[in-house]
This record gives sequence, C-alpha cells and structure tokens, in this order.
Amino acid sequence: MNDVIVVGAGVAGLTAAVRLAESGARVLVLAKGVGATHLSAGTIDVLGYAPERVASPREALGPFIAGHPEHPYARVGVEGIEAALGWFTARLPYVGSLDENLLLPTAVGVPRPSAVVPETMAAGDLRGGGDPVAVVGFRASKDFHPALMADGLTRLAGVPARALVCSALPEDRVDANGLAFARAFEDAAFRERVVTEVAGQLRAGERVAFPAVLGVTRPVWAEVAERLGRPVFEVPTLPPSVPGMRVFGALRDALRRAGGRLRLNNVVVGAERSGARVSALRVRVGLREETLRADWFVLASGGVASGGIALDSRWRVHETALGVPVHGAPDGERFSPDYFASHPMSTVGVAVDGELRPLGDGGERWADNVLVAGATLAGAVPWKEKSGDGISLATGFAAAGLVLGKPTKEVVA
Amino acid sequence: MTDVLGELLMRDSLDHCVKCTICETFCPVSNVTPLFPGPKYVGPQAERYRSDDAPSPDESLDYCSGCGICTQVCPQGVHVAEINTQARAKLRERTGFKLRDRLIARPTVAGALGTPVAPLANWALGNPVLRLALEKTIGLHRNAPMPVYAGRTFQRWARRRDPVTAERRVAFFHGCGTNYYEPRLGEMTVALLEHNGIAVEIPKQGCCGLPLQSNGMFDDARAYVHRLAASLAPYARAGVDIVGTSTSCTLMLKREALEILGLGDDPELRIVSERIYDICEYLLALHDRGELRDDFKPVPETVVYHAPCQQQGHGIGKPAIELLALIPELTVHESRANCCGVAGTYGLKAEKYQIAMDVGAGLFRQVADTASDRSVCDSETCRWQIAKATDVPSVHPVEMLYRASGLG
Repeated sequence: MNDVIVVGAGVAGLTAAVRLAESGARVLVLAKGVGATHLSAGTIDVLGYAPERVASPREALGPFIAGHPEHPYARVGVEGIEAALGWFTARLPYVGSLDENLLLPTAVGVPRPSAVVPETMAAGDLRGGGDPVAVVGFRASKDFHPALMADGLTRLAGVPARALVCSALPEDRVDANGLAFARAFEDAAFRERVVTEVAGQLRAGERVAFPAVLGVTRPVWAEVAERLGRPVFEVPTLPPSVPGMRVFGALRDALRRAGGRLRLNNVVVGAERSGARVSALRVRVGLREETLRADWFVLASGGVASGGIALDSRWRVHETALGVPVHGAPDGERFSPDYFASHPMSTVGVAVDGELRPLGDGGERWADNVLVAGATLAGAVPWKEKSGDGISLATGFAAAGLVLGKPTKEVVA
Repeated sequence: MTDVLGELLMRDSLDHCVKCTICETFCPVSNVTPLFPGPKYVGPQAERYRSDDAPSPDESLDYCSGCGICTQVCPQGVHVAEINTQARAKLRERTGFKLRDRLIARPTVAGALGTPVAPLANWALGNPVLRLALEKTIGLHRNAPMPVYAGRTFQRWARRRDPVTAERRVAFFHGCGTNYYEPRLGEMTVALLEHNGIAVEIPKQGCCGLPLQSNGMFDDARAYVHRLAASLAPYARAGVDIVGTSTSCTLMLKREALEILGLGDDPELRIVSERIYDICEYLLALHDRGELRDDFKPVPETVVYHAPCQQQGHGIGKPAIELLALIPELTVHESRANCCGVAGTYGLKAEKYQIAMDVGAGLFRQVADTASDRSVCDSETCRWQIAKATDVPSVHPVEMLYRASGLG
C-alpha cells in the first residue's frame, strides 16, 4: 500500500519522492519513462533573468515574486527555495547559493547565469573575466566543438580562449557521443592518454574546459585537475547529458536506499475521486489498466515538452495524467511572431493555491490530497527566466513538506 | 484494454521518437560494445529505411539482445525493443536461420531429449572437449551457461501429487525451465501457495515461444503461443488467476506475444493475458490485501537481488524486493544492473558470449563484493548466467520465501 504516489521521475518528482521516503513514507513513483534530467545541463538555475541578467537571486527574488504573483516561486517563497537548495547540496556535490549567480559558459561560449552548479563546473565562472581558457575537444566528437566555444568565449565573454583538439578515442568507437567519452574517462589508461596529450599543450595561466564527460558515475574531474595542475571545468553538452544523468542516478539511488519504489512505463491515464479527494489513479501498465491507491498524490509529470501538458489540434490544452484543469490558455494570440518574445501560451499549466493544491476552472480547490510540482505548474517561463530546475527542485521539495506537515497516521515516520 | 497495438501501430510508434538519446544511456549492449550502435539508431531511425521488399540496410540490429530496457525508459512511448525484435525477425527470414538458433530456441525439444538420458546429457554439456566441438561446429560458446537436467520432470511430480483443495485456486504456469531443470522450484512454489491456503492446479503445458521469438522464428513461435494459450485459457475463463515463476515466459503471455507477434486478436491469448501474473506480483498483491502469511522465520543471509530485464518489462516495479524485505535477518542488496547479459539465448552464442559477460560484469562484481551467500533472480536463464559467472548459487525469490515459511 502507498502513502504517496508521485507522478513523474524528473527533478521535481524525484525530489518529492526522496524527501518523503527518507521521512518514512511509503512512496511509489510512476513514470512513463525517464524524465528530462538526461537532457538538462545539470545546473540548478534559480533565476537568471528578471528580465535583465540577475547577479544575486536572493536580492532579485523578492521583487520578482511581488511582480509575478502567479509564479510557482510565489507559492514557496525565498525561504522555500533556500531550504530546497540546502537539501539538494547536502546530497549532491554542488556549489553555490542564492547569494550570487555564477556565469558559466555554454558549449558555444555564451555566459549563462546559474545559482547552484556541479562542483565540476564551478571553475568555468566568467564573472570578472578570469583566466584564459584552453577548451579541450575530441577529434571524434561531433557534439562539442572547441573552436566554436573558444571563439564565443573570446567575443561574447571577453575571456581569451583557444581550442585544443585531443585525438583520444574511446576504444573501437568511430562514432562516439558524450556518454561514450564519459565511460572511457572512467578507464585509467584513457585518462592517462588525454592528460598526457593535453598537459603538453597548456600555456601558463590557462584553465581548462572539457565537455561534461569526465566520468559517468565516478566523476574523475578532481583527478584530471590535479594531474593537469590547473583549474578544470566541465561544460554541458548536447544530450545525452552526463551531468543530468548524474542527478538522476543520485536521486534514484537515494530513493532506492530510502525504500521508495519506481515504476517505469506506467502511464497515468486518470484519477478516481471520492468527494473532495482523489482516491486512486488509473494507470496503464503494458496492456492492462491498474488502479493504484494512495493517501496523497504529487503530480510532477512535466510541461508540454515532457507530455505532462498537451495541446491538441483544436488548441485545447489539458493535463494528461489526472485531468486537472489547466489555466492560462489564451483565447486570442497564442504565439508571438518573434521567436524569442514572450508567448501567451508559454505560461500555461496547472494553477495552484498557496499549498500547491490544484485549482479548478472556477479557482476553487480541485482536490484536497493532490499537490503539483515542477514544469506542470502554470505561471513560469523557465527558458526565459532560467528558472527550470530551480522551480522543479523548490516545488518538489515543498510538495513533500506539505504532505509531511499534514501527517496522516501512515505518513508519520 | 486501452492500447492494444497491432504490429503496424507498434512500428508507427517510431514517429514519437524525439531523438533524446535516453534509451542510449541505458542500453546495456551498446554500453559495452561498438558492434551495436544503440537502440535509437537501430530502432526508430533505421526502421525508416526498412521495408518488406527491401533488405535491412544494417545488420547491426542482430546485436540487440532484446532486453527491452529501451522501451522501459523511453519517455515518449516508443516501442523500441519491439520494433527491433520485429525487424530482426525479418532480417533472419532473409538470411536464414542458423542450426544453433533452431536448437536453442526449442527448450521443450532439448528438455524431452535430454531428460531420459540426464547423466549422459549433463556429462556431455560439461565436457570441455565436446563443448569446444559444439562451439566450432554450431557456434554455441564453450563457456556459455548450460542448465543441468534434473532427470525427471515437474509435470511427472505434478501428476502424482495429492492436490490440496481450497476456495481460492490458481493455475500454475511453470515453464520449461522448471519442468526439465528446476523441478524443485515448481514444488516449492506449490508448497508456498498451499501454505497460504491456495489450491494449485497444474495444467499440461508447453513452451511459450519466447526463445523462438527472440531468434526470429515468428511463425513457429505463434504456433507455440496458440497451443499454450489454449491449454491455459479454460482456467482464465473460469476466473482462475494464472501465476508464473518464469518471469520472461509470463511476460510473453501477458504482453510480448500480443505486441511483437501481433497476436492481439487471439481470443484465448487475450483472456490468458488479462489473468496471468508473475508469481511475486501475485504474492505481493496478496500481502497488500493482508492475505499473505508473513510469519516468516529469520534467514540470516546476505543476498543480491537482481531484477531481470524481462521482469522489468512487466512494469510492476520490483515486488520481489518488497517480499524479501519481509524476511527477518535477511540482508538484501539490490542489483543496479538492468540486465545480466544473457538475455535468454543471446549470451549462449559464440559471437555474443563476451558481450553478455561484459554486460553482467558490474552485477557479478556486486555479488562478489557483498560476499553474498546467493543471488536471487526471477528468471532461470539469468540465474544460470549469474551462478556460472560468480560461482555463487542463484535462486528464485520463491525459494527464499519457501525457506522463510519454514517449509524446508
């Protein structure tokens, strides 16, 4: 029997599930497949633009929340975000805080603000310029081009940079993606080859950028930095994203250790109601439909990109798992002509009250025991704000807290 | 049933692929060998270039082990493994079937031939010279794990037992592995179910056709499925649940034969599919309803539990982990591997043996590192692979529950 069913296995769902399971709740996570972690940069961007580039999320969040009362951050507050970050950094090797954003280079050398980042990326901070960068790429890697990044760093960030191309190739692989390189880096002989080749080409004062492939589950970043005798940092690449895989792996393992369960290929197709509560979910498992009961439900199935929110050919928007009403769908213009402009469609999602309970069409509470977290929520434009994983982490963490703060006898540890 | 997909619709799911590469990060095979370029390339991408009248442009799909993990992790609902299994069958229809594949795909034939001469058969399969000869002649790897003939069949035991009668009944689908090689597992299953007040009926039954399906012999596989479904359907029709101890064979009847072999319109298979449960799925459901005797005795041992790839294909989580957690003093380490490598018959083949061993390497290390008394696993071919690779005995979860129930 389940105390809580969490729908979705991304950052929001796994954070909620781990926190609940570690507090003694019996948690079942249902997911159609593995979530967006594998496609993400692995950084926890809290607030990067509002709309100008944000130097200190702590200072910017107050006015931002005041100006965006429907934003998910308005539901959890700065304290909620901070608590979630503290929980996360106690479990994963990340650095940073709400105090100031780092400016990390993307794979094309564009500075990108982020609050809490893997320790493997921190030396890439471009605030105030900093040391020149040697960008290491691999001849066989089609997903990371060191000359492109070096050019971007020089022109866009004002940091002198140059490309170094390494000839090391994961054994027998003529077509290697980032993951193949990351696996190769777990092999001492491969590391030796790379370090030897790179060390001989470094100039005085340079720091060293690598695509984020320095080991999959056993990061070898510290060893590479030590052997090169320089600051070394990883740069997120195209999917499969190794830093994102590390996040998924760490949270999944934490869930496993805490006794939580994860079921993949389970598609939630509806909710059964009993008065003001949801009593069970209807779940498609292979060719069958099962009815799974719980006391609480956390909906963290993602937004449009993950299929949590769907837009059909008649412009009807719906939430695909429980059928919770969706808010914010515009009647008139849905998209602006300018690609990078604000699009009326982009804040569509499930609206919630101050306790993350979904709201019905008339603004009334839709169910007492359903909480919503992550990209399913209405009111945010994560790609413009650079707030995606911050929202997922903070609301997933808060959803667990709301369940734990209103204990049923089963939920108490 | 909301989503019974015919063969065509199964293939059409490839249009949902957004090239996110998540399947590639989980594929156990492409992670250890460049011979298999990964499920995304070989599945939804290459499938666009295949048609019924043109040869497959790429034979690397033969290196897919059919473990099905790609389908499990896909966030878009693409039936990657099913597409690959269907494409591999078409490839084999064109290139012809190897004698080896014809032999290892028919466990009932091998079982029936070997059982009466079990000592001789076991000697032959354990003889290095003969095994080398087998590798050189038909391509069965000399070190591939081979089961040991029991010299008797479970069906024979079943015919001679005194069945317990009870209000609740199940039909037991034991599979070929139990019948010819592990009849004790069948006996323990019956005892455990009866211990819980459930009457067990043991229908006459043959092979589920899974090894034929994996090796591309779809027509023969369909004939096996039809026969087996016909012998189990009367129970399902009478409202009797069917429980299976071979998790992959159970999955075959539950889902794979309908999706991969396109047998969704076979009425007998449909009703069996709706009524069949993996034994641990069934026992955990009993436990959830408070109907499982959980007065388990301590079993002071350390084990690694490995959920086979095909067990994960059920989409039911890992019920064995929850059942094992009910046993006092039993320390259970959960395997982090998605597959042990053997994937049914894949790891037996000379050209794939090393790949299978590399896939399972992490799991084998975990068994050694945890100084486990045994490994626990729901599938027989995986148990044979893990036991051979680790020199540590491997048992079905039922055996642990049987012992903890004080039955032996």
